[in-house]
Amino acid sequence: MKLELREITKKFGSFAANRDVSLTVEPGEIHCLLGENGAGKSTLMNVLYGLYRPTSGEILVDGEPVEFSGPSDALHRGIGMVHQHFMLVPVFTVAENVALGSETRKGVTLDLETTRRRIREISDQYGFAVDPDAVVEDLPVGVQQRVEIIKALVRDAQLLILDEPTAVLTPKETDELLAIMRQLKADGTSIVFISHKLREVREVSDVITVIRRGEVVGSVSPEASTSELAAMMVGREVSLTVDKQPAQVGEQTLVVEDLTVVGDNGVTLLDNLSLSVSQGEILAVAGVQGNGQVEFVEALLGLRKASGSIRLESQELVGRSVRQVLDAGVGFVPEDRSTDGLVGPFSVAENLVLDLYKDPRFHSGPSLKQKEIRANAEQRIKEFDIRTASAAAHASTLSGGNQQKIVVARELSRPLKLFVASQITRGVDVGSIEFIHDRIVAERDNGVPVIIVSTELDEVYGLADRIAVFFHGRLMGIVGPETPRETLGQMMAGATEEEVRSQGGLAHPGLQPPENSGTDSTDHDGDAVSNLPWEEQA
Amino acid sequence: MSTATQTHDIEPATPQSEGTDRVDPAALPSTARRAPLGFAVLALVSFVVFALGAPDGSVTFRISGDGDLFRIPDVVVPGLLTEWLITALLVVLTVYAFLRVRTGRLTPSWAVLVFGLLFVAGFLVWVVGAAETPSVSLTGLLAGGVALSVPLVFGSLGGLMCERSGVVNIAIEGQLLFGAFAAAVAGSLSGSAWVGLLAAMIGAALVSLVLAVFSITYRVNQVIVGVVLNVLVSGLTGFLFATLLESDSGRFNSPPRLPSYAIPFLSDLPLVGRILFDQSIVGYFMWLAVPIVWFAVYRTRWGLRTRAIGEHPKAADTLGINVNRMRFLNVLLGGLIAGIGGSFYTLVSVTSFTRDMTSGAGYIALAALIFGRWNPVGAFLAALLFGFASNLQSVLSFLGTPMPSQFLAMLPYIITILAVAGLVGTTRGPAASGQPYVKE
Repeated sequence: MKLELREITKKFGSFAANRDVSLTVEPGEIHCLLGENGAGKSTLMNVLYGLYRPTSGEILVDGEPVEFSGPSDALHRGIGMVHQHFMLVPVFTVAENVALGSETRKGVTLDLETTRRRIREISDQYGFAVDPDAVVEDLPVGVQQRVEIIKALVRDAQLLILDEPTAVLTPKETDELLAIMRQLKADGTSIVFISHKLREVREVSDVITVIRRGEVVGSVSPEASTSELAAMMVGREVSLTVDKQPAQVGEQTLVVEDLTVVGDNGVTLLDNLSLSVSQGEILAVAGVQGNGQVEFVEALLGLRKASGSIRLESQELVGRSVRQVLDAGVGFVPEDRSTDGLVGPFSVAENLVLDLYKDPRFHSGPSLKQKEIRANAEQRIKEFDIRTASAAAHASTLSGGNQQKIVVARELSRPLKLFVASQITRGVDVGSIEFIHDRIVAERDNGVPVIIVSTELDEVYGLADRIAVFFHGRLMGIVGPETPRETLGQMMAGATEEEVRSQGGLAHPGLQPPENSGTDSTDHDGDAVSNLPWEEQA
Repeated sequence: MSTATQTHDIEPATPQSEGTDRVDPAALPSTARRAPLGFAVLALVSFVVFALGAPDGSVTFRISGDGDLFRIPDVVVPGLLTEWLITALLVVLTVYAFLRVRTGRLTPSWAVLVFGLLFVAGFLVWVVGAAETPSVSLTGLLAGGVALSVPLVFGSLGGLMCERSGVVNIAIEGQLLFGAFAAAVAGSLSGSAWVGLLAAMIGAALVSLVLAVFSITYRVNQVIVGVVLNVLVSGLTGFLFATLLESDSGRFNSPPRLPSYAIPFLSDLPLVGRILFDQSIVGYFMWLAVPIVWFAVYRTRWGLRTRAIGEHPKAADTLGINVNRMRFLNVLLGGLIAGIGGSFYTLVSVTSFTRDMTSGAGYIALAALIFGRWNPVGAFLAALLFGFASNLQSVLSFLGTPMPSQFLAMLPYIITILAVAGLVGTTRGPAASGQPYVKE
């Protein structure tokens, strides 16, 4: 099947998740959509699958314009989708899940035998080894995914959308999936493969389309180098600059030593990480998403159990509760403001004192001082230029940028000893980005140590006084902001600073497992289940 | 129960358990450890209450009645010995369950069943033995229990229709009550019990309609709508009863009775005859409804889709199933079924409507649905148990037992709390029940 998307735009309110996206999938082609989380890949595919209506633009199947009012329309046109979160009923058997929606019947009785036979046929053809009578929730995720593929194939899908199919798979399962994809392609099925993991993408794709901030950055062949792809994903051209004076570095007040975080499944997510931040400097943590940045921030805040030591002005933070960490003077802007930073149905004024309610300014005994809270809100709204109808408006009614300003305003409204912000400008409009960046620099100039976690290289370069690069939960090195993008890209792909220097920045160190990186010699490509991207192998 | 339902009911020990039920004890779900714990508590109760407080004399259970085809001799058991024996068996089962969990296996369902039956037997011997006349007709006890459980079964099945498709139905009480009211009025006005039955179904379906409109179309919290509906129906029928039915009860509140049939020969069999083959027409309906609903839920396309939208509506939606329309129809269907149960009150049990005459039966039906793990057969058995408990309560008050009848009236609720707390196996309802489905 040949599929064309022409200038698809999808807006949620004023935010454009996709802007003028055009791409063509040829019959029997594996077409990869590469981009960071939040780049708009999934939105685009939900438009294609009929779950969202495009704001404008056109979808053509075999040259014919089509309009999908729901997934069943897409299914009828031979488009099947394997969602990132499986659309399987956990308590149903494989056969029941596959049959659902297009059941065969004998009289009034459900006839699952036909479905079972089809499942066995497809399972044999592709070597799926799926038992039609197994209950789905008892199956490993890799097998559940095959059930999803079977669901599409039973409905004669000629084009298969795989949304981040490897995010939940072990490396072995991933290899099996890639083999299945090649086999499907050989049988003439077109595949749209959504991923942000470069190894898989380069291994299996025919064409790679890179999407960033909802727009197509360009199409490349899989022969393109890893660093080139990485650069495209996180942004090549400098579009934002931040005016700032050279840092007036003061005392080293945050010292992190041997910080280690082990996940629930026993995988090491943060590996003996040591770094320090001084007063009056911004340390930017760079890296492709999922390389331990989230864990680092959560460990700092006391949200996640960690070993090692984090000392803020010689006060130990590891093992403290979040409340104690906040009281120690840590301000925090979380990655996902809508779930972690704000309470949507609360008013702007309430959100501005969300973690300050214990402050004597805002309460007396058990009651809140409404007048002071309102006055505080008026002041912050003015100071941070928060565009809201009133201080009483629900926070959820504001645009992303203004919501973020609420969070930033709240966190900066008390004396801080450390400021931590994660993906602070994601989903934020350009005007607000500038404003927020300026505020962060102002905080730095007040002598507060600042840690910024960002996957946007522009932001990293714009803000950082020093850049720490994370890969597979390890620190690849801390470099200055004058470091060229290529070097940073290679470090983000798993090369240490020394390696890049010694190779003159020309080789593709991302293709080798990192060596001599400190004392650690654990092989990340071993047996451990790793969900980290950039599974580069020798 | 079918194999299909069993796989749903038993919580999987752990994924990839490869055909054996033995797993690492640490990997067992925490609920698995509650079964032996529950056993231990009940065994202790049996020891302290039943065994130490065992009746001195013997206890008689009469089985055959006067009109029976042949007589089965009465069962006379020595109180003290029986109670100690039962307690000993309960302890053995408890130890067995603990050993199973120690080696990482779940308590088998047969053990739960045997334990339950033994405990009930121990309770019966103790409570009847303590009465002034330690003799009771087992047949009467069972037959009365079955009769009382008829509205509960229909209520549960009606609730099942809703909950399996993802709509919580707290309004079973309102559906039963409005069904009973509609049956009384329509039956009286038309002079036909069958019209009354039809009116009961439609009346209860009207309650369903309100539930569906508010909870599905307007996405109001389903529990709140249900509770409000119960209060509304109680008030409305109470008002109409006072203003209309009482003023001219001959015209509005004297419906004819639905016919009863005693099947010749079969109804004269001892024990089972009176329970199974001498019933009102609604009672026979019940025996039909349970297998029909079971078949519909587990063996038809409608059932597959219903269960799918109750578990994972989005998955069903991506396959082209209209989730909200299907939920709407199912809620209406549930009302029709619950209405049959409502007719029992005014067309079978007595032939007049009185204020709030269902007196909480809808809540017990809801409890039966949960206790029966959202399975038609399970709900039926649970409803029978609860019907039996209510009948026991009235029988015991005749016998003059020292135990306050209020305690017995609490029994269904206590059992349900224990069941929901996971003391007897795991209870897991439809995953999406109570959550309105919003399409993006």
